[in-house]
Amino acid sequence: MATDTKLFRLTLLLMASQLLAICANGQIYMTKAGQTSFFSETPLENISAVNRQVAVLLNSANGEIAVRMQHRAFHFPNKLMQEHYNENYMETEKYPAASFTGKLTEHIDYNKDGIYTVTAEGILDLHGVKQKRTLKGELIIDHGQCTLNCEFEVKLSDHNIQVPSLVITKIAESISVKNKFVLTLKKSA
Amino acid sequence: MRKTTFSLLFYLLAFTAFAQTDLMKELEQADDSTVQYASATFKGTRIINGHSIETVGKNNMDFIISHRFGAINSGAGNFFGLDESQIRLALEYGLTDRLMVGLGRSSYQKTIDLFIKYRLLRQSGGLRNMPVSVTLFASDAHNASTSTPDLPFYTITQRQTYTFQALIARKFNENLSLQLTPTVMHRNLAEKPLDANNVYALGIGGRYKLTKRTSFNAEYWYTPRTICGTTQRDPQYTNTLSVGFDIETGGHVFQLHLTNSRGMIEKQFLGQTTGKWGNGDIFYGFNVARTFSFDKNKKRSNGNGY
Repeated sequence: MATDTKLFRLTLLLMASQLLAICANGQIYMTKAGQTSFFSETPLENISAVNRQVAVLLNSANGEIAVRMQHRAFHFPNKLMQEHYNENYMETEKYPAASFTGKLTEHIDYNKDGIYTVTAEGILDLHGVKQKRTLKGELIIDHGQCTLNCEFEVKLSDHNIQVPSLVITKIAESISVKNKFVLTLKKSA
Repeated sequence: MRKTTFSLLFYLLAFTAFAQTDLMKELEQADDSTVQYASATFKGTRIINGHSIETVGKNNMDFIISHRFGAINSGAGNFFGLDESQIRLALEYGLTDRLMVGLGRSSYQKTIDLFIKYRLLRQSGGLRNMPVSVTLFASDAHNASTSTPDLPFYTITQRQTYTFQALIARKFNENLSLQLTPTVMHRNLAEKPLDANNVYALGIGGRYKLTKRTSFNAEYWYTPRTICGTTQRDPQYTNTLSVGFDIETGGHVFQLHLTNSRGMIEKQFLGQTTGKWGNGDIFYGFNVARTFSFDKNKKRSNGNGY
């Protein structure tokens, strides 16, 4: 009898949490103009590029996050590098976008302004290779706007990105990636 | 009771999983609302002799060194043409991502050429569908050779030749790109008695990528001998056929080719090609393009990170 009551309570709790999840589902923060830049540093050559059209969705109810960017939207100061990035390294025709889907492990009160350290666990999909990653970042909440900053490294070999021996000294083995996403509450459709 | 609990729990898990993919789906759907331009239709701004639809990027400069060795049929004494060569040196600059200008000097006929090139239409998919890329090209070639009794120049105007082209290309897939180039050329001085001042020509060119960094290119320039009953090209001159390979390595694009034209600019390869493929009158040559970037925002992603 006691176990049944417990189970009943648990069921109720689950139903309630689900109801909450559904209700809170509208609380989605988003941007279509997030910034992602990367930097490759070697003694011979520094390579950098920036993408200002990164799409990000963050569900404040459960901490789920989705990030997607088109490789063609990366801008390089040197246009030849931009072409090579798409043609030779990322094979953009085959794999047009890079994405991350995951979940923030911390529970954040999005109504309270402040700076929070956050961790996202999820899948980084780049050049057709999916890698499980845990990324550390910072979430700044300021009057309903949340800014997500995150820096991480991508090893080229992890994603099967091949560098010909001729230019191997000009491209770093590990590329540092910086993200800055300014998210605002999505108006419920 | 237990069953109900488990099924509910399963439902909840399924719901969570569904919500997760839903976020990504929403982002993927947004892809169709952007314009996707075809890029790298050709590796360089030239197919072989003639221009391709590509332009140099904004604030980027190409330094192009082109060589055409002597005729392969000139014999062992001339090391099959390698003993001599014609050269063209050029600086070509991108004012915007769509507009470029160039200045070149050819040793052949001591010619200085100036050109301007504008990308009018860009092939695209997604939100806007455009089947082809179109680039407009205009050039002036100034023949700076000494005036001789055979070819006397009396005024500076006589030394000028103007070329206008519409370059129309389509990248059919990752490997294959083709280009058609209708051309009108006006020479202020027709250098041979049968040459006309106005010349109409059509260029057909293309590339097929063999690997990520190499491609096979071919190009044919057809200049009809007569057009509407009027002779426009002296019969001693021929049409230009060229075949070659593009090889790219970092900041360089190497183009190695065989062509029956000694000249590397429109004025020369459209109306004044002397070689004949059938006779082995062909020239081995190369173009090497080195790109430099003068973008002032180069350090942008270095400083504060963005």
